Amino acid sequence: MRISPWSTPVLVLAAVLITFVITAGPILVAGANPIEAYTAFVITPLTSQFTLLEVLVSATPILFTGAAVAIAFRAGYWNIGAEGQLLLGAIAAAGIGTLVGGLPGIVALPIMVAGGAVAGAAWAFVPALLRVRFGIDEVVTTLLLNPVALLLVNGLLHGPWRDPVTGFPESPRIAASAEFPALIERSRLHLGFLVGLVVILAAWYVLSRTPAGLRLRAAGLSPHGARFAGINVSRTLLGAALVSGAIAGIAGVSEVAGIQNRLTGGLSPGYGYTGIVVATLGTLTMPGVAIAAIFLGDLSIGASSAARSLGIPSQLGAVVQGVLLLTTVALLAMRRQRSGRTGEADKGGSVTGDVAAEGQPG
Amino acid sequence: MTFVVDLLAATLRNATPLVYGTVGETYAERSGVLNLGIEGTMYAGAFAGFATAWATGSPLIGLLAAIVVGIGAGAIMALMTVTFGANQHVSGIGLTIGLIGLSEFANRLIFAGGELQRIEPMPIVNPLAGLGEIASIFDQYALTWVAFLLIVPAAWWLLQRSSFGLEIRAVGENPEAADAAGVSVARTRYLALMIGGALMAIGGAFFTLALLGSFTLDIIAGRGWVCVALVIFGRWRIGRGVIGALLFSLIFSLQFRLRILPGFGELPFELLLALPYLVVIGALALSGRNVAYPGAYLKPYRRS
Amino acid sequence: MTAHEPALELRLITKRFGDLVANDAINFDVRRGEVHALLGENGAGKTTVMRIAYGLTQADEGQILVGGRALVVRSPRDAIAAGIGMVTQHFSLVAPMTVAENLALGRSTGLRLKPGEAGRDAAAVSERFGIRVDPSARVEDLSVGQQQRVEILKALSRNCQILILDEPTAVLVPAEVDALFATLRELVADGLSVVFISHKLAEVRAISDRVSVLRRGERIGTVDGGTDERELARMMVGRPTFGVDRPTDAAQPSGAPILRIRGLSADGPHGLPALSDVSLHVRGGEILGVAGVSGNGQTELVDVLSGMRRPTAGSIAVTDVELAGADPGRMMGAGVGRIPEDRHASLIGDLSVAYNLVLEHLDDFRRGGRIDERGIRARAADLIERFDIRARPDDPVATLSGGNIQKVLLARVLSRGPRVLVVSQPTRGLDVGATEYVRSQLLARRHDGTAILLVSEDLDELLALSDRLIVMYEGRVVGEVAGADADLEHLGMLMAGRGRAA
Repeated sequence: MRISPWSTPVLVLAAVLITFVITAGPILVAGANPIEAYTAFVITPLTSQFTLLEVLVSATPILFTGAAVAIAFRAGYWNIGAEGQLLLGAIAAAGIGTLVGGLPGIVALPIMVAGGAVAGAAWAFVPALLRVRFGIDEVVTTLLLNPVALLLVNGLLHGPWRDPVTGFPESPRIAASAEFPALIERSRLHLGFLVGLVVILAAWYVLSRTPAGLRLRAAGLSPHGARFAGINVSRTLLGAALVSGAIAGIAGVSEVAGIQNRLTGGLSPGYGYTGIVVATLGTLTMPGVAIAAIFLGDLSIGASSAARSLGIPSQLGAVVQGVLLLTTVALLAMRRQRSGRTGEADKGGSVTGDVAAEGQPG
Repeated sequence: MTFVVDLLAATLRNATPLVYGTVGETYAERSGVLNLGIEGTMYAGAFAGFATAWATGSPLIGLLAAIVVGIGAGAIMALMTVTFGANQHVSGIGLTIGLIGLSEFANRLIFAGGELQRIEPMPIVNPLAGLGEIASIFDQYALTWVAFLLIVPAAWWLLQRSSFGLEIRAVGENPEAADAAGVSVARTRYLALMIGGALMAIGGAFFTLALLGSFTLDIIAGRGWVCVALVIFGRWRIGRGVIGALLFSLIFSLQFRLRILPGFGELPFELLLALPYLVVIGALALSGRNVAYPGAYLKPYRRS
Repeated sequence: MTAHEPALELRLITKRFGDLVANDAINFDVRRGEVHALLGENGAGKTTVMRIAYGLTQADEGQILVGGRALVVRSPRDAIAAGIGMVTQHFSLVAPMTVAENLALGRSTGLRLKPGEAGRDAAAVSERFGIRVDPSARVEDLSVGQQQRVEILKALSRNCQILILDEPTAVLVPAEVDALFATLRELVADGLSVVFISHKLAEVRAISDRVSVLRRGERIGTVDGGTDERELARMMVGRPTFGVDRPTDAAQPSGAPILRIRGLSADGPHGLPALSDVSLHVRGGEILGVAGVSGNGQTELVDVLSGMRRPTAGSIAVTDVELAGADPGRMMGAGVGRIPEDRHASLIGDLSVAYNLVLEHLDDFRRGGRIDERGIRARAADLIERFDIRARPDDPVATLSGGNIQKVLLARVLSRGPRVLVVSQPTRGLDVGATEYVRSQLLARRHDGTAILLVSEDLDELLALSDRLIVMYEGRVVGEVAGADADLEHLGMLMAGRGRAA
């Protein structure tokens, strides 16, 4: 069986390799050996049970944000606001979490997750409405709401939610029944990871197996053709935007309920933006998102370990992410060029064909 | 009175990085490319300017370094979107993530998390000093003077009155027509992005070389994104974009000062900080309906 | 260039697009100070041959001579350097910029800084050629006629000796046409050569010194500009060729019209009216052909009937259900099947054949909450066989040949038994086999009682298939004839704007 050099797995692998070549530069500048660095980055975290679990912990939030971004992008809706939507979900979780103390976990947890989803969707609603009704570019509106969300978090933490005992800008701890239980004893791997997998599975199912999912994909591939076939593209976009916001909101719930157990200022070091990397690397498919999330989780843990063992600043992880995103999207564009198919280019940039794996269902 | 004078001075000062960023992004988008790498470019400009100034002792050389970094960032964006024809949204985000990461990486390497390093910031200049209290509005950094008196008029003139600006605008509206007239679409977009990148980087460097004299994480805090909104608000015109920058800066500066006034002290200061962003979104909602984007916005050009 | 050589000569120009011969050994020449018209229907090859002369495309065989010397023209830049200028149907102007800026684009040399010069240059050029334009006006604020003047000025300002105008009057109102002709006469008196591509008889006769008629890629003949209209029309449309047998088994169309359109108006691009007060009706079991050169409102008519464009006035009724302004869903719900001319835009190229086949009625393929994949595959396999689609169900539609793409569209629509079928250019670009197939399908539908509105640039096709024919010209219905009695000359005249019948 001939594997085309342009098939998706090969393309992604090539992107990773090219990225490693490029980022060898900063590694050398930092005075380290690239081979050692990449070993520490990629392999080392997989070698011990403890670090392996940490990889999964690290992958958890970006499972959600990656899925959220992928769904939106697949519909042709450029949701760059997953970061803010995540924070709103976290706020909801921290709030609801302190109120459900009397309820058993089996009731409290779904309420929290639902609350976070609603909060995230609500934060995504206004930009989506503006786009669908007035044609206002969602890129800018979703983007601008990110700093606003952060300000909201900080405002709560410095104000009504400031810990009354310590005076630190941390919210009160959520009730024990609202915490995500650990999946494995004495590890940080928590229920959020499973919830993430469930969300990915559900999203995969909806996208590839339901009529709504097909309509969403159609709208993203060709708004004109979709409209011609009787699909209500506006409603589809709105739906995709809200679902995307909801899933990003659950990411926030996961971090609060599973890791921090309260709302903190540094809750998200950019998970929403990393979600864009995950979504693109996964070529907007759910299985791809899952693999990409774990890979990036691996890199993230690896970056910390490389910082300790080799003295390379852990920020290299972000550099790798950025370069990876650029190389992936460049290779995808080249592949698209070669096939001679340029798809439909709307002002809204609905050419998802150049980011999505062509014809892939899920 | 002092309040007003102080407010106006702060407005001009705080508007400076926005002016550089907005003018820079206007050049990019006028040529047909949405450059979401602006946040990262400003960041990288801030860091490169600071680090170089710290190493050489000269803020001017730092500024030069920032410009070089900005040109490089613009060139990368052009490589992605013009040569490869890659998706512009994702390319810009990738560039931003990469540049911020690279800046923080270098920051860690050089300054090793020790105590905050400071440099002597660029001086404040006021040729009108001594002309009374009102003149103190013009106690501004040189970069501010340059921004309003040199960059803005020059950028406007270059875009609207020169052949090169004509080519940028043509390429952004109707690249087929420009191509047929003998204009190199690719070259024009590369140049527009590189000029834009340089300006964005200067805007970022303003924070470290003038305003603060030091580099901290999250120094740009989303102001690059604000510039993207301001470009739309300004309908891709330099003059209107600058006005938008001034308005945003006015609200931003105002909310700082309102807090000390009675009655406003109870409002959480984050709410006031959020106000400018919300106003921009509101302005977009009101005025941004079905605006006329540059004709070739977001579309890579391939001669068919 | 001597006075005896033609300014521009094309010898034995041949151009093929796959199996289609767009230009078949065309000979053409134009002299100094002459207006030579190229007359013909769509698809006759007149635009193609001139695109070759202007370097927008290359001929497979033949020669181009300017002033007697053979030239290689590989791009518009070569053509411009040789003194050839062309004003195409789609203007090459940058809309938000001023006239002066458009004229100056790409022509600066040296320092690339040029304040105010552009305006002065524009005024000078305008003066020199006697074409009045306002250099400071923005192109998008100008009327289409004025925009065209700017395009002409652009060509002239590059010292063109031979000006090619492609359907210049297609977008002009009568007053602007007069102004254009006055300008042309002055320029021609000064020695300019003009090639005037058109399908409009009256104008061709008014302005041309000579007329060459093209039909199906061949030059039928070159005659004097004053030649009789009927003769020109006859040359243009020729005689029907063999095609599908005329439906003799005329299942009498059922009584009342199924599709009734009254007073329909709609805007086209640039916000100008494209449809004006169009009324027509189609009965069940009847094919109403819509003849006319493309660009006379047919696209907008189909867009409105497809639900993709809102009309500005009028009513559309399908069995008395009012549908004006309805979206595609409602149109389909009322039983309207749509096969528009742009196949690629009406399907989703990146999706599979199977999905495209069922996309219009996905809800019929649900099992619980999920897509009934097996049902879709079964349906797709069935349709692929029934409609002879040479593709597999999972192939992305964009990878199919034109003929098969059209069959997918056909299958999608026809398999649902529509009451009304709106179909435009059904066989454009298709090979003989696919063409036969599509036409037989349309006839089969007709036999089953569907009301069919058939828009086509192919007059032979219309004549072969239609029970009745209407002609559209400049957004209006200008005539109606019964299919069997169609007088070709009369049709040609109607299509070319002569003889407004009631």
